[in-house]
Amino acid sequence: MVKSVITGNYASSYGAKLARAQVIAAYPITPQTSVVEKIAEFVAEGTMDTQYIKVESEHSAMAACITASQTGARTFTATSAHGLTLMHEMLIWASGARTPVVMTNINRAMAPPWSVWADHLDSVAQRDTGWIQYYCESNQEVLDTIITAYKVSESREIMLPSMLTLDAFYLSHTYETVDIPDQDKVDKFLPPFDPLYKFDVEDPHLFGSLSFPHQFYMEWRYQIALSMERARDKILEIDKEFESMFGRSHGGLLDLYRCDGAEVVLIAAGTMASTIREVVDQLRDEGEKVGLARLRVFRPFPAKEIRELAEKIDVLGVLDRSYSFGYGGAFFAEIGGALYNHPDKPVLKNYVVGIGGRDVTPNTVRGIFENALSLQDRGLDKEIEWIELKEGGE
Amino acid sequence: MIEIRFHGRGGQGAVTAANILAIAAFKEGKDVQAFPYFGVERRGAPVTAFTKIDDKPVRIKSQIYEPDYVVVLDSSLLKAVNVTQGLKNGGTVIINADKKPEDIKGVQGKIATVDATAIAVKHGLGSKEAPIVNTAILGAFAKATDVVKLESIVESIMDSAPAKKKENAEAAKEAYDNTLIGGR
Amino acid sequence: MFKGYKDLPEVPMTWDTTFVNITGSWRTVKPVLDPEKCTKCYICWKFCPEVAIIIDEELKEVPKIDYDHCKGCAICANECPKKAIEMVVESMEE
Repeated sequence: MVKSVITGNYASSYGAKLARAQVIAAYPITPQTSVVEKIAEFVAEGTMDTQYIKVESEHSAMAACITASQTGARTFTATSAHGLTLMHEMLIWASGARTPVVMTNINRAMAPPWSVWADHLDSVAQRDTGWIQYYCESNQEVLDTIITAYKVSESREIMLPSMLTLDAFYLSHTYETVDIPDQDKVDKFLPPFDPLYKFDVEDPHLFGSLSFPHQFYMEWRYQIALSMERARDKILEIDKEFESMFGRSHGGLLDLYRCDGAEVVLIAAGTMASTIREVVDQLRDEGEKVGLARLRVFRPFPAKEIRELAEKIDVLGVLDRSYSFGYGGAFFAEIGGALYNHPDKPVLKNYVVGIGGRDVTPNTVRGIFENALSLQDRGLDKEIEWIELKEGGE
Repeated sequence: MIEIRFHGRGGQGAVTAANILAIAAFKEGKDVQAFPYFGVERRGAPVTAFTKIDDKPVRIKSQIYEPDYVVVLDSSLLKAVNVTQGLKNGGTVIINADKKPEDIKGVQGKIATVDATAIAVKHGLGSKEAPIVNTAILGAFAKATDVVKLESIVESIMDSAPAKKKENAEAAKEAYDNTLIGGR
Repeated sequence: MFKGYKDLPEVPMTWDTTFVNITGSWRTVKPVLDPEKCTKCYICWKFCPEVAIIIDEELKEVPKIDYDHCKGCAICANECPKKAIEMVVESMEE
């Protein structure tokens, strides 16, 4: 293991290298470009044995990854925002075809207006595509999660693609301390990709052809639903395995921090969760019973963990770094859905924050906690609130 | 936690300076974070970069608003940018200038100066019009503050400078020896 | 064969290849090759979009038509430089 100081993007590159990705097809986009530049360096210096395919768009990148995966190769790609949304059609294909592609997405705001800063809408908008989704809070987590994501995705009972996301600039371009594990240790943890079925001229099959209304399209789709269900336990199982080998865990599906005895808990994903930890400590020192539940895995949706948490607390504040124009932000709507039939419900409020890269500072978080704490006595004030929104109009 | 803000112009190495400082502190056993002010950069445009240093894990992932120290790689920025915005009381500003601290106009607080441009040019780092002053200014930073030792800065330069490692290390040492500290 | 989701393989695929799909039943006219006129240039084989013309590896025989899969598109008849292929309306009895 090598202790180093690297960016989130380089952590991605090291993750792909250690996982021995065999085929990489990617298209550049800010702020992802250094992921692939670093991989190109590895290939040039001979320390990574991968086939790099230069493609003309992100749509082609995903198409190349899907088919490479179907020949039995371990594939990797990286993108962000407009690149991710350009791939949308292919993302649905990847999960439908049951190809365990692993992708890093850097969460960047969607245009117009033009922005390169952190925002979760790009990946949240892909929640219907059948991909497993991880939201990372540190560069260490990015590196580790690429390795565990392959193991989960390639399991015979899962066979679904995974994306892990990291906030633009806050992780992608920020240098943090990262332990880079040894290759032979990773090889022990992650065996080569061995799919049951693949393109083989000696044993030909028809992949993804016509399926009628009466048989069996609905059943193929149901299989994916079952896989996503199984992924819940699989992620926890692989997480434990990784911890016993490498000494690190990133909290499974819902990463709880000081929720024991908490009355007010905030749910958040990405780097703002890291900032919230600091504020939780400060408030706890001041005697407030608060905690953080970091939403690490959004797909599969951790309904069980959220219900267990909800039973023990009075107020649950859900932070969304995106807005889905539905009933509040996407995380809020789905958490509300999971709790609807649950007998024990806390006060549930949506805080829409950090849109377009607006900085979520310790002060911002403190303000949210203060509001959430006040709801204990007076009940819900406003169900959906946009934080630090500039009003003007005088 | 100690927070340092760097001001430079695109191409002068402000972002690398923040990173080299982070690695130096890391070698002393600290946890660190270093990042540029995220934006679309081009040569000559004002660039801001940050380093956070702490004994415990740095968990706050937001911008720096109240730095403990400010480092200015290009004194022409003093007219264009409010480099001391948010600087904590008693904080030090380290400036690349061919002037004594008392002669720096428009900057309050503790000031340290060094002619990093001359030192950089002397060691063949960049040109007179476009000097690479980042390693020299880090030498000055080590002298003016007790955040990191000069040896750690030199070790960090030897590890991560992409070229002219020895010249960069010499520039840092020379700047360390020639830094003037003063101001109110 | 598959009855429900429990029987389906993990990946949406068929166990067989397209070969089991008898597309020959789709045609209304069928190509008939006259061996007297054929010069074994194999242009018909090159153009057939369906891989429904079979040639032998030694390139000694006239091409044979795979009537299980031929859809009757008539491209082979159109391309044959010797007009050795005739499109014949299939009778109900065949």
